[in-house]
This record gives sequence, C-alpha cells and structure tokens, in this order.
Amino acid sequence: MRVEVRSVSFAYDGRTPALRGVRLDVRSGESVALIGPNGSGKSTLLKVVSGVLRPDSGTVRLDASPLVALSARQRARCLAMVEQERPMGFDFTVREVVAMGRIPHRGRFARESRDDRRAIERAMDLADIHGLADRSIRAVSGGERQRVFLGMALAQEPNVLLLDEPTTHLDLRHQVGFMSIVREQARAGMTVLIAIHDLTLAAQATDRIALMSDGRIVVSGTPNEVLTQANVRRVFGVDAVVGEHPELGTTYVLPSLVRRAD
Amino acid sequence: MGRRRGRWILFGLAVLAVLSLLAGIVIGPVTIPVRDAFAGLLGDETVSTVHRVIVRQIRLPRVLLGLLVGSALAVSGVAMQGLFRNPLASPYVLGIASGASTGAALAILFATGSAFLLPLGAFVGAAAAVAIVYGLARGRDRRTSIFTLILAGVAVGALFSAVTSFLIFLSSGGEKLSDVLFWIMGGLGRAGWPSVAVLAPIVAVGIGGVIVLARDLNALSLGEEGAFHVGVNPDALYRWLLVLTTALTAAAVAMAGTIGFIGLVIPHVMRLLVGPDHRRLIPVSALAGGCFLVWSDVAARTVLAPAELPVGVITAFLGAPFFLYLLKTRGARL
Repeated sequence: MRVEVRSVSFAYDGRTPALRGVRLDVRSGESVALIGPNGSGKSTLLKVVSGVLRPDSGTVRLDASPLVALSARQRARCLAMVEQERPMGFDFTVREVVAMGRIPHRGRFARESRDDRRAIERAMDLADIHGLADRSIRAVSGGERQRVFLGMALAQEPNVLLLDEPTTHLDLRHQVGFMSIVREQARAGMTVLIAIHDLTLAAQATDRIALMSDGRIVVSGTPNEVLTQANVRRVFGVDAVVGEHPELGTTYVLPSLVRRAD
Repeated sequence: MGRRRGRWILFGLAVLAVLSLLAGIVIGPVTIPVRDAFAGLLGDETVSTVHRVIVRQIRLPRVLLGLLVGSALAVSGVAMQGLFRNPLASPYVLGIASGASTGAALAILFATGSAFLLPLGAFVGAAAAVAIVYGLARGRDRRTSIFTLILAGVAVGALFSAVTSFLIFLSSGGEKLSDVLFWIMGGLGRAGWPSVAVLAPIVAVGIGGVIVLARDLNALSLGEEGAFHVGVNPDALYRWLLVLTTALTAAAVAMAGTIGFIGLVIPHVMRLLVGPDHRRLIPVSALAGGCFLVWSDVAARTVLAPAELPVGVITAFLGAPFFLYLLKTRGARL
C-alpha cells in the first residue's frame, strides 16, 4: 500500500508549526526511515500519517483514498503503529495483548476465528515472543515488551507498519533484535515508515532515508546519499565519521564527542 | 486465565445469587422457614399472612434491590477503573456520590410529599455533578482529557459535599437530619416494588451497554493512542462510558444511598479470579456485586436486630480491610 503525504502542515498550538508543508511518498513495499533531531517533526508526521492528528492543511492518502475518508476500523486494518512507550493498565497476558491486534478484524462479540488464531500465532513467531505467551505484559522486560507490541501490530496484518522511535529505550541486544524483525518485515514486502535516532541501524534496515529538520523533509534518498558528513553536520550540528560497513556494505555513522571551548 | 475457568466462576456466582436471594428472604429479625419462603414466593395461599407479607412485600423487593444496586455499583466500578486505567477508581470518582447526596438532602429537607422526590433529587444531583465534570474536562478541541476529568471530579465532589454539609447545618438536627445521614451512609431500607421496577430496566440497559463496550475497554488499556490504532475511538468510548456509568451509579445511589466499597473492591477481587479481560470481568463483577450487597444487607439487618445498621457500614467494614490486605500482599501489581 502506497502512502502519499502532500503539503501537510500542523501546529499543536495553532501558531508554531511542527510540520511545514511536508511531502512524502512511501511506495508499496518500500521501507523509509525518518531521521532528524528532537523536535524536527518525525513523531508529529507519524501521528498525522496514523490519523491520531489531523493536519491543519494538506492530505494523507493510502493508495488513492484519503485517510480521513476511512472508517476507524478500515484504517486500523491498513495501519498499525508501535510507539516508543505504551502504558499498560492491567495485567493482560502477552498472548491477550497480541490478540488485541485482531480487534479491527473481529466482530464485537465474535470468538477467535481460525484466521485470528493463525494471525496471532504467526505474529508471535515473527516477533519471537512465543516463550512469553502466558506471562503478564507488566512482568516482561522493556525490550520484550516492545517486541510484544510489535507482535500485536503484526497480528493486525496491516499494509503499512508505522514505528515511532520503537528502540529508543532498549539495550543494544534488544535494539538489534527489534530492528532485525523490522528489516525482515520490510524485505518480505511490508510498507514501513519508521522514526529512529540510530542512523547506522536505520541505514541497515530501510531502503530510503528522509532527513527532517524544523518541520520539513530536507533531504531524501538512499542511506548512502543522505547520510553524509555534511548532512549530519548541517542538521544535527555534530561532527561524524561516515563510512561503509566492511561486511554489510551499508553506511555507518560514527559521531565524535565535542570538546567545549574554554 | 482460561475462558473455561471464567465460565465456571460465572456459573458458580449465578448459583450463589440464587442462594443469596433465598437467604435474604429467610434471614432477618423474623426467621422465615425455607418452606414458607418458597410458598410465599410461589403464591401459595396456605402460608400465614404475616409470613406471606414479609416475603412478598418486604424481603423479596429488598433482596432484588440489593442485587440490582450491588451489580450496578460493581459494573460502574469496572467501567471507571477501565476508563481511568487505574485500579483505584471507583464509581464515585466523578463526584456522583456528592452530587447525589446534595440532591437527596435538598429533597429531604425542603420537599415534602411524594416518595419519589428523594430518589429524583439524588438522581438529578448525581447527573448534574457528572455533567459539570464532563463539561470542564472537554477541551476546546472537543477531546476529553482524562487527567482533567479526575481532578475536576475531586473538586466538584468537594464542592457538593460542602453544600450538603451546609444543608445539614441548616437543618439544625431532628428527624430530617437522621434521614439525610442514613441516606448518605447507604441502605436498602427504602426498598419497595416501585424502586425495583424503576431500577431494573436502568440496570439492565446500563450493564448491557457496558458489556457491549467490553472489547473497547480492553483496547483502552493500551492507552488512548493504542486504542485508536486498533480502531477504537477513545472520545466516543469515554462519552458512552460516562453516560452508562452515570445512569447506573446515579440510579443505584438514588434508591439506596451512597454505599461504598462495592465498586472499588469487587472489580479487584474479580480481576484476581478471572483476569483483566472485560468480556469476562463485567458479568462476574455484576453477579458478585449483587451477592455481596445482599449478604451485607442480611448482616446489617441481623447484627444488632431489631435495630438496623446502615449497610454502607457493613460493606466498609468488610471491604476496607480486605482492600488493605490486597494492597499489602499484591502492592504494585494491583
């Protein structure tokens, strides 16, 4: 499913714009990383694409249909989202949480159908959380929890997977585990739009990178086109060594700490 | 938590409800033999007139009212805890109890005549309190802020309590004062067929409505945005939940006063038994809340017989220590 964002502007308070006329295309089956400093508009853009926020102007289309024209249920069958953090009020088991991904596919009082069960099992396999099925969502570690929510999103069987800094709070092992699953999904043909801070992981997991600054997409292209020393310096204000991963051939970005002037 | 286990617990509670109904009829200042109770219920004219009147006109409506009020409060508690995603919420967080008390106090102190004025006053007071709270919590963007909702509930509740205290002060003692206090503490003493007839349809529709929203309440435990992403509109859900819980709680309180702890403790205990899935939690909480209130009322009638304790005293005596025990043993996992 193609995602088409056209001249989208949005301001939280009606005055200071968080997005200024953003244009973005994510082709069907393509995976795109949104990178940029804090406050550059990545999360806001994802919220607009997911429908949580309505843009002040501009449109979001999924294939040819405007997002606003879809019912909540239709939208939830197309789009799934994993956020940075998610509160979990009650002691649901991991399997029960993954099963909530089926809500847009099930009738209000319907029992779990064979399709539901298959989708849930498959999602738990993909997210590598089978061993956690009966554990309480509140008792698993932060890294496992994010994989559970990824599993829930996959159980939704969406056309487009949206991820908003899903690995920010995770340790290295869980970051790598999570992003490996995302890459597998992208390679299997899922349309993916992910906001992420780790430029090196972004370069490995996605086809294209869109660099945001001050509410706009300033550069967009393949990882090695976008992740240049000049771009990193201009947008993040950071000096970095940019090179090619000796084994994978993907771009890496190695930032250097700054010595403050006396 | 297995579906099967949930079903057994539901079945067990249904049996318990029937037993509670019988017990509530048999036990009291006048003990009625079980045989007479059955005969009275079935309209057998061979029973003594006194027993028949006690069964049909006094105890049966009282037990039924207990079942209705208890289930309404327990389901409101489940809905409020789900809405606030907080296990410490109760049906009274939005100022319903205080609003109802003010309305009831006004009716008792200033209106005389119709027996319907007290429940009507309580209902109007409760609805007014929630309307004010909801109005305050609805932002200019027409979205409801949960945070404002709870704070406004506390503030509006305090305001109505102050009005009630002022009214009590004005009443300068007397019989009316004790009427107000008894009502505030809660009790089934005003039970009669009219109150059962008014409450039954409200409770049926209210609980039915919350059951329809059970799945959405599950989704809401993922947070507002989490629920949104699986296709549940949180604002519409809040609106419906507020309408349904206000109707349930206000109607229950109008008939029986502000009985505490059922709406707080029953949902907890049931969550421990059947897990947090609202599709199971709501029906079992309804039955458990009803049974709990009937037995509390039996205790209220018999402990100091022939004097009658306010049933709210019993539910608090049973509920508060149990709640503390849960807090102590399960702590953060609540």
